[in-house]
Parts: sequence; C-alpha cells; structure tokens
Amino acid sequence: MSARSEGSELLEIADKVIAQATAGEQVEAYVSRDSETAVRVYEGNVEHFVSAQSEGIGIRVIRDGRTGFAYAGTLDQDAVASALAEARDNVAFGTPDEWAGLAEPDGVDIVDQDLWSDELAAFATDRKIELAKELERLTLTADSRVRVDDANYEDVASETAVATTTGIRRSGRENGCYVVVSTLADDGDEAHSGFGFSVGRSPDLFDLHKAARDAADRATRLLGATKPTSRRLTVVLDPYVTASFLSIIGGTLNGESLAKGRSLFKDRLGDEVASPLVTLVDDPTNPLAYTATDIDGEGLAARRNSLIEGGVLRSFVHNSYSARRAGTRSTGNAVRGGFKGTPGVGCLALQLAPGTRDQAALIADVSDGVLVQSVQGLHSGVNPVSGDFSVGASGLLIANGQLGGPVREFTIASTLQRMLLDVVEVGGDVDWLPMRAAGVSLAIRDLTMSGA
Amino acid sequence: MIDQDVLERVLTAAVRTGAEFAEVYAEDKRSTSASLDDGRIEQVTSGRDRGAGIRVVRGETTGFAHTADLSERGLLVAATAAAAAASRGGGGVREIALDRQADHRVGSVERYPDDVPKATKVDVLRRIDDAARGAGGSIVQVSAGYGDSRKRILVANTEGVMATDEQVRAVVRMSVVASGDAGMQTGFQSMGRTTGFEMFDEFSVEDLARDAARQALTKLSARPAPSGALPVVIKHGTGGVLFHEACGHGLEADLVSKGGSVYKGKQGQLVAAPLVTLVDDGTMAGEWGAIGIDDEGHISQYNVLIEDGVLTDYMWDYLRARKEGRKQSGNGRRQSYMHLPMVRMTNTYVLNGTEEPDDIVRATDYGVYVAKLGGGSVNTASGDFVFGMTEAYLIENGEITEPLRESNLMGNGPQVLRDIDLLGNDFAMGNPGTCGKDGQGVPVGDGQPTLRVKSLTIGGTAA
Repeated sequence: MSARSEGSELLEIADKVIAQATAGEQVEAYVSRDSETAVRVYEGNVEHFVSAQSEGIGIRVIRDGRTGFAYAGTLDQDAVASALAEARDNVAFGTPDEWAGLAEPDGVDIVDQDLWSDELAAFATDRKIELAKELERLTLTADSRVRVDDANYEDVASETAVATTTGIRRSGRENGCYVVVSTLADDGDEAHSGFGFSVGRSPDLFDLHKAARDAADRATRLLGATKPTSRRLTVVLDPYVTASFLSIIGGTLNGESLAKGRSLFKDRLGDEVASPLVTLVDDPTNPLAYTATDIDGEGLAARRNSLIEGGVLRSFVHNSYSARRAGTRSTGNAVRGGFKGTPGVGCLALQLAPGTRDQAALIADVSDGVLVQSVQGLHSGVNPVSGDFSVGASGLLIANGQLGGPVREFTIASTLQRMLLDVVEVGGDVDWLPMRAAGVSLAIRDLTMSGA
Repeated sequence: MIDQDVLERVLTAAVRTGAEFAEVYAEDKRSTSASLDDGRIEQVTSGRDRGAGIRVVRGETTGFAHTADLSERGLLVAATAAAAAASRGGGGVREIALDRQADHRVGSVERYPDDVPKATKVDVLRRIDDAARGAGGSIVQVSAGYGDSRKRILVANTEGVMATDEQVRAVVRMSVVASGDAGMQTGFQSMGRTTGFEMFDEFSVEDLARDAARQALTKLSARPAPSGALPVVIKHGTGGVLFHEACGHGLEADLVSKGGSVYKGKQGQLVAAPLVTLVDDGTMAGEWGAIGIDDEGHISQYNVLIEDGVLTDYMWDYLRARKEGRKQSGNGRRQSYMHLPMVRMTNTYVLNGTEEPDDIVRATDYGVYVAKLGGGSVNTASGDFVFGMTEAYLIENGEITEPLRESNLMGNGPQVLRDIDLLGNDFAMGNPGTCGKDGQGVPVGDGQPTLRVKSLTIGGTAA
C-alpha cells in the first residue's frame, strides 16, 4: 500500500469506528475497496469480461486479553455498526491471552514506494481486450503444436485504510496488472499444459513475446517424456521452482509457528542451518519485487529482514502478536488476506542472494542429475513441521553436464533441513515472479528421485 | 431477498442491448468461525456477505458485474455494466416473466447455527483439545477450527427461472502435533456436513481428536516410505479425492470442450476397469457437496459419469450445455456472488464392488496401505497427479505392518482407473473438501470403498 493521502474516505470510516471504543477496549478497523477487470479471450473472441468492485470492513476488538472479530462485505452504515457489535460480542468467548493486543507505532520510517500508476488507472477497455487477443495470437504463432486454452488480461486497484486506538493510522492505494496465457500441446498420445505470464504496474511493462514463448515451451517440452528410474542424484531447480520452495522455507521461519512449537527451526537461531552459500532475505522495500509494499497488514512500515546469512539462521519473521510472545519486536511481517480475517505472520518478498553463474554453467557441473522445470503437490507434499517433503516433478535429465531427454511422473524427496545443507550452488539468474519469492536457479545434491 | 418484479425489470434492462441471456444471482450469507490453538480460543469471527452478481451473455461473450447493493438502483447499475461488457450496440426490449419454482431442498436442518449459543460452539473446540491432549504425553500441540454458515441464494434468469435455496453447513477441523526423538509428526481429522448443529449429535468430536492424535503418535516411529512403483491399497472413505482430482476434473464439460481433458471424445468407450462406476451426486442429503439447486438455479442431480468402466457422460453447466444443445446436469457452481459460475463437482464417488476389504490386503504380497490420503493436485491435460499420504503402512505378505513417514503418491488418472484390480464392498464418504478451480473454492464431498491399484509411484526416500 502506498501510504499517501489517497484512501482518505476509507480512513474516515475507520476513524469513526475506532472513535466508538470504550474505556479498556482496543479497537482496530481495516477497510478496503478493490476494483478489478478481467478479460478472457478464446479463439479471437472475448469469452468473458468481468468488471467488479468490492469493499468491506474487518473490526477487531480486544478487552482484558480477549479478542473478538467480525467483518461485513459492505460499507453500509448499518452493516458496519452491526460488525462492531458482533466483534464486541465475540470478545467474551476468547481465552484471555497476555500477549493479545494491536500493533503500536514503532518509529520505523516507511520506505516510500511508487505503487500507483495513473496510466493503468486510465487504461482503455479496448486496449485491455486487444492485449489479450495479441497474446493469444503470439502464442499460437510461437509453436504450431500449441493450442491456447485461454488468454487473459487482469488488473486490480485497491485502496485500504487501517486505524487503531493504539495510534496506527495509515491509508494508501496501489494497482497492478498482468497477462497470462494457458496452453496445451499434444502429439496424439499425450497432452501437456503450459502457461506464460507477464506482470507490471502498467501495461507498457509487459513482455508479451516472452509470455507467449514461455507458454509454448512449457507445453511442448514434455512431449515424449519418459519415466526415469529411481536413484539419488543432483537436482537443478528452475527459478520458478526455487521460488515455490522458498515460499515453503519462509513458512518454517514464521514467528507464530515458532511460538506455538511448530517450527522445525525452533532453538536454532545462530546455528548453521544451510550451506554457507545460502543467504535469504525478506525485502518488501525492493521495488523489483512483485509484492513490494510499504506497510504490513497491521499498518507498520514494511522493512528488509535478513533471515539466513551465509547459512546461519539469523531471524524469524513476526507480527506484533508473535513478537510480543517471543519477547522481541515486530519485523513488519503481518499479512492479511483482505478484510475478512485478522493478520497472520508471513514473509512478504523473499529473495535468495544470487550467485554469479547462469543455469547452463550449473548444469555443466552435474554428472548425473535432473533439471526440474515444474513441481506438483508442493503443499500436500511438504510437511512444514517435520520438514519431510516429496513432490511430483517433471523436467529434463542431465548426463555429464549435458541436458538429455524429458522426464515426468517421478517424485523428488528429502527433508527441508537436508536440502538447505545440500545446496551446491545458487545461480545468478534472478527472475522476479508474481509470487512472494523471487526465482533463481539452484543446484542441490543427493535428492531421491522415485520413478519406475 | 429481492422482489420478483424488481428481478424482472433488472433482467429486462440487462438484455436491452441485445443479449440472449441474463441472470441475477443473489446471496445472503452469515457465518461464524472460531479457532483454538495452543490451548487458547484465539477468537470468534462473525461474517456477513451479501450481494448479487449479474451475468449477461451475447454470442460467445459473457459480461459480468457484481454489487453489494441489493436495491433496484444498485442492481440496475450492475446490470448495465454487465450488459455493456457483453455487447457493443444493437438491441431492443424483451419482457421477462419469471416462473417462481417451488423450493427444492436436499435434507433438512434441525438446529440452525444462529440458534446455537456461541459458547456451545466454542466448547466443541475445547472438547477437541482435551481429547487430543489426553491421548498421550507426546502430544505437544493441538489446533482446531469450527465453522458454520447459513447461505440463502436466489437465481433468476431470462429463461424464466426463479429459484431459491438455503445451504446450511457446519465443519470442524483439527491438527495434532506429537514430538519424539526423531522430530515432530502431525495428524489431521475433520468432519463437515450440509446440516445444522445436529451434526454434533451424530458423531463424537472426541473420537475424531483421538484419531488425529493416534496418527501423529503412530508416525513418530514411522520408517521412510519406499520409493518406486508398488501396488497400493486405499482405505475406504479416504481415496475419493483421488477420483475427484484425477478423473472428475477431466469430465467437466468446460475443460472437455476446449480439449483440455484426456477424456475428450471418449464417450461410450471403456476408460476404466469394468469394476468401476463413478458418480457425481448433488442430491446426497447431508454430505458436504450437497445442494438443493446449483448456482444457476438448476435442481441438483445424480449423474453417472462412468458405468462399468464405460464413460457415459460429462458434467454440464448452462453455457456449455446450451452450446451443445443439451440439458445441464446441475453442476453450475460458484464460490460467491462475486464469481462467474462454471462446471463444478458436488459429491463424487466410486460405487461398491464385491470384495471384503481384508481380502484385498491379504491378496497383496508387498505394497502400501494408505489409511489417509492428503491433499493433491492434478495436471488435467496429462492426467498426472500427486497426492500426499498422511497415514500409510507397509503391506508385507498380505499383512499391514509398519507405519511409513509422509510422502507423495504419484500416478496418472486414466491409468489408475484402468489399474484398479480389486474393489471392496465397504463404501464410505470421506472428509469435507474444498475444490479449487480457476481461483474459486466450492465445498465438495467424495467417497469410495477400499480398493487396490496395481501400481502407483511412491515418492519415499528408502531404497
């Protein structure tokens, strides 16, 4: 969110709610309004055009260490009033918790970021449709074996405001857009799907050619793939796959899991938990990050946090609740999925410090391995408490430093703890993706591949 | 929720620019949820969602807009926006006359969640916590969630349909962590029904909690799962999700029509072992995926998808059925008034076979017994899927022996259907699920008898 004066109408609504707080009561009001356009094109025609607005308020009330919450999917006065009444009523059922409480201003300055594009806000509807159509055309010409499932343009603009009786008062707005195309390729026997996308604060930042090429490559590269034989080998992860794993690793450094005894890195601060090549930061103030933001879900300044430095565990991420429980300060990592819930804890924009060599150089060092281009079942296949993981994968075999044939329907397995220690090299090919983590090629030794 | 004459005027406005079809979907939902973690009731949440989505179809193009304002003025603004999105010029006035359908309900509700004190709901969570912690000193953490909702929906369209439904649901979920010498392990349980609070009279939350604790404790001494292809026996009521993901999605007409399904053009063909009959059934009273009407106003149905191994039909929503000139099948669903409907499953299950479940294990020399399958995902184009095994055991010489650590199960949907070689007679429905498609989640159920698949890839770390 851009912490400027926009969104002041929402801030007024939030102010009115917190002004009703009674003695001994903490109140937080989080108000948001989003508008969204979604265009889907199929075979040169608009399949659907969605133009939608939504707004709502979430109200948190804390009294005597007990928390109650209610939301309303409208800013209608009566609905806001009954949400406040419900939140108050819900307070009675919470267990008193000595650490319960709202965030308080912590003196950390906001890193001002440019999160709003006037150009996007004024972007004409016809041009949105044209972009989706052009993406479909480009994808179809990229490879004759490829069909397009759908080509999409989407944009979203959101305004938010958060105010608390503890002195937080912030509002702002941001917008962004992306195009994405889904593809299919088949050779009669088997079919594979692919996708390609491009994101930006404004449409002139799109690279439609790259999106089209990626979508065609992803669908066609597995044609004729075989099932590999089971063995232990070195794995090179494509940047997109690395980003998915980083999100999972970020989850294990969650201060709330830590407080509740659920983190596999419990009592490990200061220990060597990864190869010395691994330096992991969470930095939402980096403007290159897709999820860059200036405030977190509680209205505190977003900031750069170093989590693992040279393989040594340096920090967990916290919101104000988990920080209070752990006897530390919030790291500005409150995350909130809109007005319907209370803030949790999460990483905002993870990045692995890059190495210097490209993916081809990483591959050249591998005698027996596999380049993993996509994984499946990451969320069901990784247990963030035990660290065990086993995920479905597909990609290309590597033999004596050379890429070989495509393989699919196999799993790779290890534990997160082992995997971090077994990192052989981090690539230099950083890719900023529409996720809470940036991609980079990563080589890891000694994973178990299960296939035929 | 909205008067009939208002709906008629809004629909008339929606097709004024020449669209062939318009629809108003309105929803009013009240929900309560509560969470317990680390021995504390963290908070009780109350929610209210209310609004309408208006869809206008002209040719191949659908325009859609939604609003939280259910007044006639608010609805007309949304109707105009949806109509503008679907068309450019042309038109005329079409009078719309709605035919109000008699209410169609699947099952009945005895205790509406609004009539149950919040303290009683919260107490369910405490009972779970107590029962799980009572299962042994190695239990170090329990978290649990309770949720209920009462959703009234109204659908009216330019074909004269006007239908309403009330969907009442309640659910509990719990996760238990046990700690041992070799680290931590987790166990899960859940139960959800499309009924009122009376569901808590039908089963014991203490039993569910103890079962979740037992899973976590059992896994403390688990050995690494094998890696490679093995026969797999899946316990009744836990593998339905596999058929939902790996087969059901490929039978959704929207995926089929774009060629994104391995089942395109396979109607009338043998696509599964002749033992297998697969059904999608929105009428199964009380089950998590049960609906009176779908979100396009069509009364829910019992649809046979695969009969004795032969593909009989796909699942249909209004748009896809209209295109093919056939009837829809009650599978047009959406997450909320903010979403467009599409083809979705309801309760998807495999019918009983004839084998005794014990005999299926006895007939297996060496393999894996899956007592609880976790979440998964599928590539609908290739049919390749991955599922977590959250509770699994080795089968040696026809007996279930040691517990296995968590790992993934991987295979190919069409191949699994052909590779089912033993099918039990002990059908059971599984845990409540949320099916995600194109960014929308809807409640779904699944089920199956104990069965054996000749060969699946186990993604363990043991040689």
